[in-house]
Amino acid sequence: MYAGQRVRRVDAFDKVTGRTRYTDDLCDRGAYIARILHATVANGRVVSIDTSEAEKVPGVVRILTCFDLKDKHCFPTAGHPWSTDPSHQDVADRLILTDRVRFYGDDVAAVVAEDEVAAAQALRLIRVEYEAYPFVLDVQKAMEDGAPQLHEKYPNNILKHTQIRIGDYQKAIQEPGLTKVEGWYETPVVQHCHIENFICFAESEGDRIKVVSSTQIPHIVRRIVGQALGIDWGRVRVIKPYVGGGFGNKQDILYEPLCAWLSLQVGGHLVKLDVPREETFVCNRTRHSIRNHIVSWVRPDGTYAARKLEAFSDQGAYASHGHSICAKGAGCFPQLYPCDNVEVDAYTVFTNKPVAGAMRGYGIPQAMWAVECHTEDVCAAIGADPVAFRRKNLMPVGYVDGFSKNEMYYDSFNQCLDKAMAAIDYERKFKAYQNQTGDVRRGIGVAMFWYNTAVWPISLESSSCRMVLNQDGSFQLQLAETEIGQGADTAFAQMAADVVGVPLEKVHVVSCQDTDVTPFGTSAYASRQTYIAGFSIRQTGLLLKERILDYAHKLTRMPVFNLDIVDGNIVRTTDGRVLMSLAALAEEALYSLTDSQHIAAESTYQIKSNAYSFGCTIAEVEVDIPLCKVKLLNIVNCHDAGTLINPALAEAQVHGGMSMGIGFGMSEKLMFDEKTGRPLNNNLLDYKLPTMLDHPRLVAEFVENPEPTSAFGTKGLGEPPACSPAPAIRNAILHATGVGVKTAPANPHNLFRAFVEAGLITDSR
Amino acid sequence: MYDIKALYEAESVQDAIRLLQEHPKAQIIAGGSDVLVQIREGRRAGAELVSIFSIDALRGVSYDENEAIRIGSLTSFSHIAASPIIREKIPVLGEAVSLVGGPQIRNIGTIGGNTCNGVTSADSASTLMAWDAVVELHGPEGVRRLPIQDFYIKAGVVDLRPAELQTAIIIPKAAYEGYFGRYIKYAMREAMDIANLGCSVNAKLSGDKKTIEDARVAYGVAGPVPMRAPSAEAIARGRAVCRETVDAFARAVLDDIHPRDSWRAAKAFREHIAVELAKRALTESIERAGGVIDG
Repeated sequence: MYAGQRVRRVDAFDKVTGRTRYTDDLCDRGAYIARILHATVANGRVVSIDTSEAEKVPGVVRILTCFDLKDKHCFPTAGHPWSTDPSHQDVADRLILTDRVRFYGDDVAAVVAEDEVAAAQALRLIRVEYEAYPFVLDVQKAMEDGAPQLHEKYPNNILKHTQIRIGDYQKAIQEPGLTKVEGWYETPVVQHCHIENFICFAESEGDRIKVVSSTQIPHIVRRIVGQALGIDWGRVRVIKPYVGGGFGNKQDILYEPLCAWLSLQVGGHLVKLDVPREETFVCNRTRHSIRNHIVSWVRPDGTYAARKLEAFSDQGAYASHGHSICAKGAGCFPQLYPCDNVEVDAYTVFTNKPVAGAMRGYGIPQAMWAVECHTEDVCAAIGADPVAFRRKNLMPVGYVDGFSKNEMYYDSFNQCLDKAMAAIDYERKFKAYQNQTGDVRRGIGVAMFWYNTAVWPISLESSSCRMVLNQDGSFQLQLAETEIGQGADTAFAQMAADVVGVPLEKVHVVSCQDTDVTPFGTSAYASRQTYIAGFSIRQTGLLLKERILDYAHKLTRMPVFNLDIVDGNIVRTTDGRVLMSLAALAEEALYSLTDSQHIAAESTYQIKSNAYSFGCTIAEVEVDIPLCKVKLLNIVNCHDAGTLINPALAEAQVHGGMSMGIGFGMSEKLMFDEKTGRPLNNNLLDYKLPTMLDHPRLVAEFVENPEPTSAFGTKGLGEPPACSPAPAIRNAILHATGVGVKTAPANPHNLFRAFVEAGLITDSR
Repeated sequence: MYDIKALYEAESVQDAIRLLQEHPKAQIIAGGSDVLVQIREGRRAGAELVSIFSIDALRGVSYDENEAIRIGSLTSFSHIAASPIIREKIPVLGEAVSLVGGPQIRNIGTIGGNTCNGVTSADSASTLMAWDAVVELHGPEGVRRLPIQDFYIKAGVVDLRPAELQTAIIIPKAAYEGYFGRYIKYAMREAMDIANLGCSVNAKLSGDKKTIEDARVAYGVAGPVPMRAPSAEAIARGRAVCRETVDAFARAVLDDIHPRDSWRAAKAFREHIAVELAKRALTESIERAGGVIDG
């Protein structure tokens, strides 16, 4: 069995030796270079564009502006499975280039040149005249009557408003003896900051267009490039090489349509679009900033009588993944701490900011910031112990969600809490850090998280797998679920080797997806790769095995029911005798003069289940109050992600997610100039992504309760690690200082204001 | 791919001066950790460059005939930090330059570049300022030496005349002997960051360690260029080593510095941190000098 083993990554050698080819490595040197001209007003209209000086730059091939876009096909960008039901389709509000500017950074023109220098020089010489409109950056101001309108179809800029009503909130709050706890909790705009910026290149192949892209979702890119160009989808071929990180940003169509269109404007010549970091921050996707208002009514016994959430999600200028993010956070609110009387109102609202899309956690890091900060505030208000209060109110064993049919099969929350508390020595530290005085104080804080693995029943879930047997008994494994650095290929190989019964090295994962060749699937998003691919790997592996054993029957005359494949050999199960090697069988099958067969299997599995994936973070901090600085001393995440396919890779996932959560909680924030809407810190110096030195040792713990619905007992772990670190850190700061910030990140700027307000810092003079 | 019009490589200081005279618009490039970034950003796109990178005579830390410490302008941050002379006489300078960026930047970045770019946040600048460093410049007219405080004119502008280049930074013996210092970089990250505020303090104590004979303090990011806080220095000078002196010194920096409100940090926040850093840096300087602060 390989599942459950810490086997080495299948791509380890190539990656550490630098042999792995990423998109840029694959692009021919003769490619034209494209650069984009971005708008310098936050809201308005392009009146005219003067390219005359730019055209004179030697090496400029073509300059194309929004006015050159004749066939305007509005397209959606979200990397969601397509819906054949028009009412469930993503909002199609993007154009390849636009004269109607909706954020500072919108795409108004592009230069195609022979090299980067010429492209950059031309870009600086293009003169654009804008008619500037008033703009709005604040999510709630954007909802006011008279606010600048971004899209005609959406009055008050509300993309969508959804509600949840359980019980009778108004009646429930009349119960005598209740304590009301209320708070506003807000998260900032942050960006994914994957190492490899978005890059793609495109060229014509016959009457088709080929796009090679650093994407998570090649088959979706194919569909949307087709939609954006107004051509049949089969005329688009998308290739996805190794990817240097995506975190959801590349679960969106970014500039593939533009690059393909530019190539077609220059006769199908190869055009490369390599987006600089500054533009990646602003002109790709961001995490939705969400402002949450929570009101809880708590009984004297520490249970909830009624709860209410209002969530205002800042979509930025275009719909992208839209309300799905806010709706996911809103949806978990009544589940994490179930209550009989709940009101939830979730709004997703357009503002003149960069476009928010998918980002690791998909609304749950924002929701957990609000819910877990608030839970701590409730504990403080009623004098409850933070862990005991949570244990009392968390989703109980046996809970079933009516919509998804997800079930809480195990006591995951308590098990995760127990393990995390033991790992960080919580009880002792919690007591030791009570009632401190002095400038430097320590604290320890807890936060839980709710997550689910995949997207059923909201969207299609299907996975297709192909296995092709080679002469030596090895086989190629092809899936549409993509390797984007997370280690998916390795987990797939482990599962496939187990199902078919071959040594791991006999599984050759075809890592590159090519929509002309790769079986269909909707690729890497949610936390679903291992869960979803597991179904089609098991089904297809069994199919392959059946075909191999059929052929073995012909060669050995033994009945199929007495045959098995074990460690790459055909074995008679009745006595365990090795009858022949799979390699010998495969060679015979291919070259037999009497019965030649190319043994292969391919199948699609449609998944109609989903799985909860739960856990918690505990963080320990030291706060230097006069310096407004927090040092993260220790942090532990504990997850019930079901059976781990590869514990080493699972730990790596958790480490990465924790790091993202640490930045979210402590330092990261994309800022905008209030006067112009211009982004202020869209670079890795001014945007405070934490460095190695800002991290303590990251501890990953697991509770392995096998997921009953899963093909391999596994469930989601990609996003969950990023969901709870930020509120745990905030709660630790609260424990240390008595000050609980409500707006993330808990950086020195915010802590200074909070400490001054709380009287911990007094005037320096 | 960088937008560079021409690159001229100087073999000696005189050669560099000649090249700068021949190409009056040319920009000097040393390690390139600022210039290349600016070219990429378009600010110096199309520039002509005179590279002084191979003038090895400008590298190294040594004593001159007056026992002044002479740091060649091309000396990298990592070489400064590793220099036995710096470690013995001005360890705080080594500590300060070890906080620049990350290891790669410290290997390529030079102290000459760090001062000639004229930015207030440069990690070496406040310490050099606080140690009365002298800048040596070579130009067509010969050699000039001027106090580093006079070298800084305004944000991004230093007193470099046409065809002139900085060749060394000199710390006179009187400026370092008996002084002990501490630099605190206040930034949002522990590495790869630019200071929100940098505070470099040093002190010289009396023989019995009971009195502050001299104290010097300089800030980065407290104004458009690195700056000293003379009011604070005057308050500490000659005063007893005690908590009250430290507190009075720290409060007085606000009479001298002018941090501004910007999206990077609020004025009130910078002022609060400036006082706190002064307090901590003087305390540690006194401790390093062998003094004991009661209470």
